[in-house]
Amino acid sequence: MAIQVRDLNHWYGSGSTRRQVLQGVDLAVAAGEVVLLTGPSGCGKTTLLTLVGALRQVQEGQVRVLGQELAHSSRDRRQQLRRSIGMIFQGHNLLRCLTAEQNVQMGADLLPGLGYRARRDQAREWLRSVGLGDELNKLPHDLSGGQKQRVAIARALAAQPRLLLADEPTAALDSRTGREVVELLQRLAQNQGCAVLMVTHDPRILDIADRLLRMEDGRIVEAN
Amino acid sequence: MSALWRARGIPLSWLLLTRQPVRLLVALAGISFAGILMFMQLGFRDGLFDASVTVHKLFDADLVLMSPRTMSSISMAGFPRRRLVQAMADADVEGITPVHWNFLLWRNPETRATRSILALGFEPVDPLFTDPALAQKVQVLSQRGRVLFDERSRPEFGPVADWYRQGRTVESEVGGKRVRVAGLVSLGPSFGADGNLITSSETFLSLLPNTPPGSIELGLIRLRPGADPAAAASRLQATLPQDVKVYTKAGFVEFEKNYWRTSTSIGFIFTLGAGMGFVVGCVIVYQILYSDVSDHLPEYATLMAMGYKLTSLLGVVAREGLLLAVLGYLPAYATGQGLYLMIRNATQLPVAMDTPRALTVFTMILVMCMGSATLAMRRLADADPAEIF
Repeated sequence: MAIQVRDLNHWYGSGSTRRQVLQGVDLAVAAGEVVLLTGPSGCGKTTLLTLVGALRQVQEGQVRVLGQELAHSSRDRRQQLRRSIGMIFQGHNLLRCLTAEQNVQMGADLLPGLGYRARRDQAREWLRSVGLGDELNKLPHDLSGGQKQRVAIARALAAQPRLLLADEPTAALDSRTGREVVELLQRLAQNQGCAVLMVTHDPRILDIADRLLRMEDGRIVEAN
Repeated sequence: MSALWRARGIPLSWLLLTRQPVRLLVALAGISFAGILMFMQLGFRDGLFDASVTVHKLFDADLVLMSPRTMSSISMAGFPRRRLVQAMADADVEGITPVHWNFLLWRNPETRATRSILALGFEPVDPLFTDPALAQKVQVLSQRGRVLFDERSRPEFGPVADWYRQGRTVESEVGGKRVRVAGLVSLGPSFGADGNLITSSETFLSLLPNTPPGSIELGLIRLRPGADPAAAASRLQATLPQDVKVYTKAGFVEFEKNYWRTSTSIGFIFTLGAGMGFVVGCVIVYQILYSDVSDHLPEYATLMAMGYKLTSLLGVVAREGLLLAVLGYLPAYATGQGLYLMIRNATQLPVAMDTPRALTVFTMILVMCMGSATLAMRRLADADPAEIF
């Protein structure tokens, strides 16, 4: 199991402004599985993603990610675990001062025990596999939206994650590019045996999922 | 070596700085400016202190006798010459030179204006300065009314050196008596004295007839090779009467510098100036690094989400500070060298780049940049990876 969530509750704010965003969420994602999560905005999808991604402290419930319990985990444990989780954001969040190749290498640099050249070669290999072999030395500034998102995918996968979390990766892309990017993501993740949990609003990409989940008001309401 | 190779990564600090060339240039200009300011202020300070002892350093002496009433080279008091002779009784003392030291009025041979000049009088047969070239020149002083003029004296004393080199007979009036320039020496002006001249004791006394007989202002003592100057100094101080004080040569130099350091506000003023440069530099570097971190906050947060440690990101900011320090120091050093050259030419002050000052300024710049980097790091605590989804 890549993700195992049981009875997860989460609140924002405190005192009278305290608001519950997750209400007893149960979720399981098997290794290598591609799961899409949809739902109206504000229903808690992103919060769930940040909790599974070890970016936030779990308040109540159980979250096991890649065999590690995240409830009561220390900051260092979470930081260590994040190295095995690839993340793709709504914005590409590339480092503006680095070239495409260097951005991907920031992901490869997290791998232990590899020499500089080996890591650089891996970065190039990943960029080739997302179809950007000719754009190695371009800055994010000079790349199109779809290209940037593909660099972001290469960066996430270069760290050889066992779980990939994506938050609306197609939001900033036109439909055709969005479709291409997501198909690429699915193919590469499956080659690696990497589980994918993707939040999306985009109805055109739902067919790539092994499983589709829908969230409403902090609950997972239907699983088919 | 292989561990280093494995540790090698993307030079993030360098790229963060260099991919924003305008900001980098502003930062470097600010740091260099602060560095130059510190070089100037500290250079002036040290130069002025060193200038107060240009002549002191030249004397051929291991120990120096002075009157306890002497406070500095601009107010030398006399003491009995006998004391110097008495010092000869010590087994370690090899030779002595009594020196007259006073300020006289020199008349500019061109404009007829008078100006105060430092005059040294000694027996031409005795050694005075360590410089062997001088020993040749002093022969001419055995003739009465002859003086050696310091060619590095300030121009207000007249074009004496130029005229002399052209072969003209340069005569002027000192203390109301006619003297002839019989040669040039190169000593350099000091804090208290704008110019120097050297003459024989006999001439000196004729220029200053009111000098009490048997009274001198300075007694130079040379020890036999291998003798310990500090031990000899305390031995002499114990045996000689209380109307003289014994200094080692270093102590004599330090005594003079100390007068200018403690009895004038020069040290305070220039140190304050250097401090201002430091503060200005701190503000500039802090501004630059703080806005740099702020601008890249989402990127730092992304790196944290990817699993980079907070400490490794703090390291990135620290290396930015280090790079700024080194890159900002180099132009400051080069400009400092150039400005020192200009000051030397314009003022004859012995201002030069010495290693301790170069290191002091580098340390100040390093503290400035690393301190600012440390303050800017606090901004990194605001990078919350949970906020970037």
